[in-house]
Amino acid sequence: MSVYLLRRLLQSALVMLAMSVIVFVGVYAIGDPVEILISPDADQMERERAIQALGLDLPLWQQYLSFLANALRGDLGRSFVFNEPALQLILQRMPATLELAFGAMFLALLVGLPLGLYAGLKPNSTGSKVIMAGSILGFSLPTFWVGLMLIMVFAVQLGWLPSTGRGPTVEVLGLRWSFLTWDGLRHLAMPALNLALFKISLVIRLTRAGVRETMLMDYVKFARAKGLTNNRVTYVHVFKNILIPVVTVVGLELGSTIAFSVVTESVFAWPGMGKLIIDSINVLDRPVIVAYLMIIVLMFITINLVVDLAYSALDPRVRLENK
Amino acid sequence: MIRRARAATVAAVLALTPGLAGAAWAQNLTMAVGAQVTSLDPHYHALSPNFAVATMLFDTLTRLDENARLQPGLAESWKPVEPTIWEFKLRPGVKFHNGNDFAAEDVAFTVDRVPNVPNSPSSYGIYTRAIERVELVDPLTVRFHTRAPYPLLPTDLAQVAMLDRQTHENATTEGFNAGTLAIGTGPFRYVSFRSGDRLELQRNDDYWGEKPHWEKVSYRILANDASRTAALLAGDVDFIDQVPTSDLNNLRRSDRVHLAERDGLRIIFLALDHQHPEGSPLITDAQGRKLSVNPLRDMRVRRALSLAIDRPAIAARVMEGTAKPSGQFLPTSAFGAIPDLEAPATDAEAAKKLLAEAGYPDGFRITLSGPNDRYINDSRIIQAIGQMWTRIGVRTTVDAQPWTTFVARAGRFELSAFLVGWSSSSGEASNPLRSLVATYDRDKGFGTSNRGRYSNPAMDAKLEEALRELDDGRREALLRDATRMAMEDVGIIPIHLQKNVWAMRPTLTHNSRTDELTRAQDVRPAASN
Repeated sequence: MSVYLLRRLLQSALVMLAMSVIVFVGVYAIGDPVEILISPDADQMERERAIQALGLDLPLWQQYLSFLANALRGDLGRSFVFNEPALQLILQRMPATLELAFGAMFLALLVGLPLGLYAGLKPNSTGSKVIMAGSILGFSLPTFWVGLMLIMVFAVQLGWLPSTGRGPTVEVLGLRWSFLTWDGLRHLAMPALNLALFKISLVIRLTRAGVRETMLMDYVKFARAKGLTNNRVTYVHVFKNILIPVVTVVGLELGSTIAFSVVTESVFAWPGMGKLIIDSINVLDRPVIVAYLMIIVLMFITINLVVDLAYSALDPRVRLENK
Repeated sequence: MIRRARAATVAAVLALTPGLAGAAWAQNLTMAVGAQVTSLDPHYHALSPNFAVATMLFDTLTRLDENARLQPGLAESWKPVEPTIWEFKLRPGVKFHNGNDFAAEDVAFTVDRVPNVPNSPSSYGIYTRAIERVELVDPLTVRFHTRAPYPLLPTDLAQVAMLDRQTHENATTEGFNAGTLAIGTGPFRYVSFRSGDRLELQRNDDYWGEKPHWEKVSYRILANDASRTAALLAGDVDFIDQVPTSDLNNLRRSDRVHLAERDGLRIIFLALDHQHPEGSPLITDAQGRKLSVNPLRDMRVRRALSLAIDRPAIAARVMEGTAKPSGQFLPTSAFGAIPDLEAPATDAEAAKKLLAEAGYPDGFRITLSGPNDRYINDSRIIQAIGQMWTRIGVRTTVDAQPWTTFVARAGRFELSAFLVGWSSSSGEASNPLRSLVATYDRDKGFGTSNRGRYSNPAMDAKLEEALRELDDGRREALLRDATRMAMEDVGIIPIHLQKNVWAMRPTLTHNSRTDELTRAQDVRPAASN
């Protein structure tokens, strides 16, 4: 077990190392951050000073090595744009993204599970046909368009919800959260729904497939033969069993929601990590891009590791010592 | 009494009308701007959104008014006492937000700090570089000694926010961003700042100048164009800048929104490759073979390309009326601009004739490049120009790229003709002449953004003469001469000056600035009735 863990950690370190090299070379290939950041009024001397101040006068390999040396001490560099530690910038934005991602996941389960269950139990009814058609829309409509439509309808036409931005925050555990205030929740509603649409459709389809499969199982038939009520069969025997794949997929989806809610955050001006990374890429703010991607890699590695460990705990046939 | 009752009814009705309720009645203003504010440190990153914020919290010795003309700020008057010494008289009785007095030693401290902000990606030091030393004559008089006669010092100092020696000794950029050091003499006080999201401000009731109308201001950053317009229509914000041209026609018709339009100082132009005499990288002859000469080095070709462009059509169709065709760098009213120099009239026949004279009766092929995310409708403008050039026989391929990659290629001289923009921060003609068309020279700081490497020694000489001339009248005449030389030689091809558009509730008015800055003190309630 410990050998396995050790090997996994080593692999993770290698992935992160590779990632940082790719980002360094990639940003270098795109262009020169100073060209973008510097005031057009600056003369040649000022340009040289800025290049030196940001450490861009050194050869790329030297810049990379000094980045590595600092990274080992936990310092991922300072943002070119904000002159603040890149890690701190990202962590400041993290609560906003986390509450958006968890809000979206919560909505996906709240809406997706009951609808999927209904569609699975009554597959030929008109209602479930409507649900399934709707889930196709949820898959295929582009997020930015849906976001703008939501704003047009609920903010501009009806005036029920604020159009953009994050509401007032409350400080809990040293971090600022907005979902604890009523106004904060109103701000959260539309972006979370927008982000959730795809996941709602996913949960509906997973649940429906699971229900239809499970309903034909012997133990369901046996439960019915025992004379259990319909509700007990559905909610205890069927529901519990379909939940396993749903939870697995939702867990993995959560990771990508946290990492890549860029479009929703831009449309709703949600001050989260996704917006930070897009802004940083636009101005080639390399320290932030590198730090962000390393955090995301770390997050995915951790999620995968936890999933693997959970499998081995749940299913004795999975042996971690083997490859 | 009756009037109050009526006001109450109106308020109640408005409160029920989505999109109009709220802030207009209180002394609160919520603004949304499109550009990111990267720092509250007024000396960290020279960038106009940062400077707009700096002029709300801080003051400068001189300032540019809405027409980009120089006005007194923290200095009441200034004059050259010797060719290399400028004397500034400071305004008495000015206090910082924390109660400290503003005095001459603060000016010396500020000039000292400006070039020494650590890690600055773009320093305001370019505006203080001419100063050799600062002499404190008395608490309200300072003298700036310059190495050479430098007429632009008062203009340059309009960009430099004054700090307090006591408060800002060893100040860090993080200290400003955290708010503890965001203490100036400006019309607003700092309340809170969330990077990438919003800045909250409060009126400075002790302000020395005209006090702003708003008690509280929320300055939000909404980068997405469609979301920004939607936020205004939904009533979440009272005021937005950078209104997208695609929304203009709807907004102009709407009675829920009032628009403010203003001719800007940003010229959109085409830079041409003068760098490569033996053939430009993206030009071939009409059959696609490599050329051994660079046609763009021939003035007749450059003039033909300029004559082929239908500027009024671009302004009307592509820009929806938010551009003014131009034949020079600045609006005709600006200092050093030529009052009677209009945009060249479109003349495709004359253009063809010029091409034939230059030895290209069948034209040639060229790639016209440009960014697609930097200027208003940038990629659509080059598409339009590409068609106009093709009409006179110059078969044009259009290549629009994100600014990050575009600017890198332009810097490596890989392009032949490309669209760029330039906003003159000083509002007068020496700034674009020096940066865009003067011969590239590191030691003089000339031609920094002259990416086509145009060179005209006669014009350089005129410009250098102007930069030493302290008399405003003579300097303006010299700058006009230099501008005329660059334009008659078609060193660059000016297209149009952008108009800037702001949109707001009908209950507000905006004193729009030609330099694009969006600031809370320029917004007021419309004349009450």
